[in-house]
Amino acid sequence: MEWLSLKQWSPYLVGIGIGLLNCVAFLLSDKPLACSTAYSRTSGMLEGLCFGPRVAEKPYYQKFPPTIEWDWMLVFGIIIGGFISAMYSGQFRFEWVPGKWGEVFGEMPFGRWVVAFIGGTIMGIGARWANGCTSGHGISGTLQLAVSSWLAAICFFIGGIVTAMLIY
Amino acid sequence: MLKALHSRKEIQLMLGLLLGIPFGFFLQKGGVTRFDVIIGQLLLTNFTVVKVMLSAVVTGMVGVHLLRSLGLATLHPKPGSLGSSVIGGLIFGVGFALLGYCPGTIAGAVGQGSLDGLFGGMAGIIVGAGLFAQVYPRLQNSILKKGDFGELTLPQLFQVNPWIIILPVAVGIAALLLWIEKLGW
Repeated sequence: MEWLSLKQWSPYLVGIGIGLLNCVAFLLSDKPLACSTAYSRTSGMLEGLCFGPRVAEKPYYQKFPPTIEWDWMLVFGIIIGGFISAMYSGQFRFEWVPGKWGEVFGEMPFGRWVVAFIGGTIMGIGARWANGCTSGHGISGTLQLAVSSWLAAICFFIGGIVTAMLIY
Repeated sequence: MLKALHSRKEIQLMLGLLLGIPFGFFLQKGGVTRFDVIIGQLLLTNFTVVKVMLSAVVTGMVGVHLLRSLGLATLHPKPGSLGSSVIGGLIFGVGFALLGYCPGTIAGAVGQGSLDGLFGGMAGIIVGAGLFAQVYPRLQNSILKKGDFGELTLPQLFQVNPWIIILPVAVGIAALLLWIEKLGW
């Protein structure tokens, strides 16, 4: 079982694994692997806690009801899977600021967290605007040869590469 | 038999969790739950993300279409439009570079102990999704419908058998990956 404790696997092996996992998801759950809908459901559930059940009447939450669904459990499972993998390879540790960010902008957590929050907010808007993210469009949609997904995935990287080049 | 399985809510919730765990395990083992790897991809200095994504696409594309040919799977292409896919995609990209994770990999990053992912990024994505839900009524019949093409797939667009597209796409991706390796990226 030594391979379980390796720090990193070949990216091709990992990609093939994710591709096969997608086949299983289609077969057993009639769904592609996709993550960003779970965040909409969470925002709806939190809004519901603050403002009451009328939140569920919002047109967007009619489309994606704010309840625990398959996709929500999937994202929850990713956290657990990431934890198990990191524990096996001895890589689990609390990290306040990621390495590359620390090198360029310093080790102060506050600045990094503010930028991560702003970036996350923009990403959340973009993911729902485009109706999917790097998994739902970038992998699961492109493999179905969906036109929307190929367009969106290309735009994720155009937007990302241009922005990253400007920042770093 | 499988149709009956698809409609069993409790079992499906459990399956979501059981599929998520290996997904997160793979993402972490692939290194793509790390900020440095994702930013490296966007700066075009580290091609791990592209290698993982494209090999997943080739495997899944062949596998899912085989299942479909056997009558064991149904495709669910997402609907799209220029206003939704292109503009939404570019907005997502800006967030991608600022955050350095995406909605799936950030969950794996949180699992390996990333606190900027948990308290900064995840909180932000939830807030962003909530803001979008707020403005959705004003967008849904305007910009999101600009250049609408619905649930179109490439085989439908070119009116050919899916395998006519799958084969060259698979060969093209394989060639691209070989080229990336040859350049030592």
